[in-house]
Amino acid sequence: MSVIKVENITKVYTETAVPVHALNGVSFEIQEGEFTAIVGPSGCGKTTLLNILGGLDHPTSGRVEISNIDITEMKDSDLINFRLNNIGFVFQAYNLIPVLTTLENVEFIMLLQKVDKKKRRKRSMDLLEQMGIAEKANQRPSELSGGQQQRVAVARALASKPNFILADEPTANLDSVSTSNLLDIMAVMNREEKETFIFSTHDQRVIDKARRVITLEDGRVKSDEIRE
Amino acid sequence: MYLTLAWRNIWRNKRRSFITIGSITFAVFLACIMRSMQLGSYERMIENAARFYTGYIQVHKNGFWDDKTIDNSFEYNKSLISKIENTPGVEVAVPRVESFALAAFGTKTKGAFVLGIAPEKEDQLTRVKDKLVEGSYLSKDDKSVMIAQGLAEYLKMGIGDTIILISQGYHGANAAGIYPVKGIMKFPIPDQNNQTVYLPLKEAQWFYNLENQLTSIALVVDKANHVEIIVADISVQLDTTALEVMGWYDLMPDLVQGIEIDNISGKVMLWILYSVIGFGMFGTYLMMTAERMYEFGVMMSVGMKRILMQFIIFIEMVMMTSIGVIMGVGISLPILIYYYNNPIFISGEAATAIENFGVEAAYFFSLQPSLFYNQAWAIFIMALILSLYPLIIIQNLKPVKAMREAI
Ligand SMILES: Nc1ncnc2c1ncn2[C@@H]1O[C@H](COP(=O)(O)OP(=O)(O)O)[C@@H](O)[C@H]1O
Ligand SMILES: [Mg+2]
Repeated sequence: MSVIKVENITKVYTETAVPVHALNGVSFEIQEGEFTAIVGPSGCGKTTLLNILGGLDHPTSGRVEISNIDITEMKDSDLINFRLNNIGFVFQAYNLIPVLTTLENVEFIMLLQKVDKKKRRKRSMDLLEQMGIAEKANQRPSELSGGQQQRVAVARALASKPNFILADEPTANLDSVSTSNLLDIMAVMNREEKETFIFSTHDQRVIDKARRVITLEDGRVKSDEIRE
Repeated sequence: MYLTLAWRNIWRNKRRSFITIGSITFAVFLACIMRSMQLGSYERMIENAARFYTGYIQVHKNGFWDDKTIDNSFEYNKSLISKIENTPGVEVAVPRVESFALAAFGTKTKGAFVLGIAPEKEDQLTRVKDKLVEGSYLSKDDKSVMIAQGLAEYLKMGIGDTIILISQGYHGANAAGIYPVKGIMKFPIPDQNNQTVYLPLKEAQWFYNLENQLTSIALVVDKANHVEIIVADISVQLDTTALEVMGWYDLMPDLVQGIEIDNISGKVMLWILYSVIGFGMFGTYLMMTAERMYEFGVMMSVGMKRILMQFIIFIEMVMMTSIGVIMGVGISLPILIYYYNNPIFISGEAATAIENFGVEAAYFFSLQPSLFYNQAWAIFIMALILSLYPLIIIQNLKPVKAMREAI
């Protein structure tokens, strides 16, 4: 079953002096359980694409369907709720609320979902354990390394039991050891929990770990290969 | 957890929060002290005026207020007194004969304000016994007088000397008398200190050729702010075609007006103070919002509703403001309680200078509850208005834009 269906989307940024054509007709489908990398050089439109997939931004034209629901016409306020219950996000950096502990950060998303306290405590602890950072549960993000912070962000993204997780260059600020750690953990969660991951990168080592690679160039899909 | 989040957010930048809270504290503290002194001085002025002369409420003959002559007197009878004294809130009804006389001793003469009093009751209103600096207090059957110190000095007389009083009595009768000085009193208000003569009520009635008449009855009441109600209560019981009942605010229109004008200047000062603090608070909110744009973007991306973010920000501001207000009141309250019970009296040359303006050389403080909660309200309303800024920012926040621009 397809979790995401993108049909001929374009995105033109018009706030700039010269309009920027960031996406020029992108189409693909993502199936449940995929582990997909969106790759391409800086400026090719990866972030723009992921923002549109995540309902953070509207395409200029085209359609985005998530679990057969068209989100392109959805109101911003409805999209907030839609994101909460359907999409997990991991950003490049500063994902976490600095004044909350690691555990509270993971819990926070379930608090928004109104999951009861006992359940969310337990699930957060379990996730932190799976991410191998349970011992940091009561520390603030600033006391964690970049790699650890990103793992907490992945835990938070998983916590809401989303249909899929979008990660925009999650390893861009990490050293190679942390990078491969994070990818390994994501791969494990993909295999064991059947969680769908879509991440963008321009790092070859990260690309190597993906099972499907969609390459963008100048806002178009240049290639789309499945390796298995 | 939302409250925890708000609470911790306040302490993200400890120094800034301390400065903000500190400035609120300082403003509230200063405002409370300023208002307390101002209201305290009004209360004292009203009390002084009421207790020197008019009482909080006065009953007199219709017309007496405009033409204070001995001819505008009324009969003093038991039923009248009991009606007045039995009105709830009235503590003492003080009968008086008030008029003027020429006072003379040796070669000196001076115009004097003559007050015929029931010595014990009068003391309950004016605490005149405390003003006695020499000699002894009048009793009701005495045929002697007490005079104010300034007058005694002017006339160069002391205890045991005999003062001559000359005036005009009821319906044009001659009034003349000689009285030994039994006591000398010192009053803080110069006018009063320079011209007051006290006589026992009976003696004054005799002197002015009155039968059993009074010029006024001054009332002591339990609470100054009950005066309006008590005036209404007494008025319904009396024949108001003959008698008039007046509250202190009618008895002292100049004072009321003076207070109102002074009060406005005090309020202007407060608003200036608040505006200064308001700008400081606004600066803090501005920075607090600006440096958290990325975070707001992330929170909204992952599914946090605007209204919830606004709620948290709002709570943060309420918390900061409350801490500031509570500390401001908390610090000023004990100080004000202390000075309320121990007013500051000025002495020496400064005192003389102040007294030359006809006011008492002392600072009095008020503990009116409104003084405190008015400050709290003012600051809160201001914080509320200022908090609109971050709330509007969040209302218009686009997560992608917020995160992109923050980097
Ligand atoms: N908000 C924006 N306003 C104007 N131009 C933008 C905006 N966001 C992205 N762009 C432009 O769109 C193009 C694609 O950007 P982006 O999607 O961020 O690429 P990538 O993430 O692959 O580096 C770039 O040329 C970028 O400068
Ligand atoms: Mg990017």
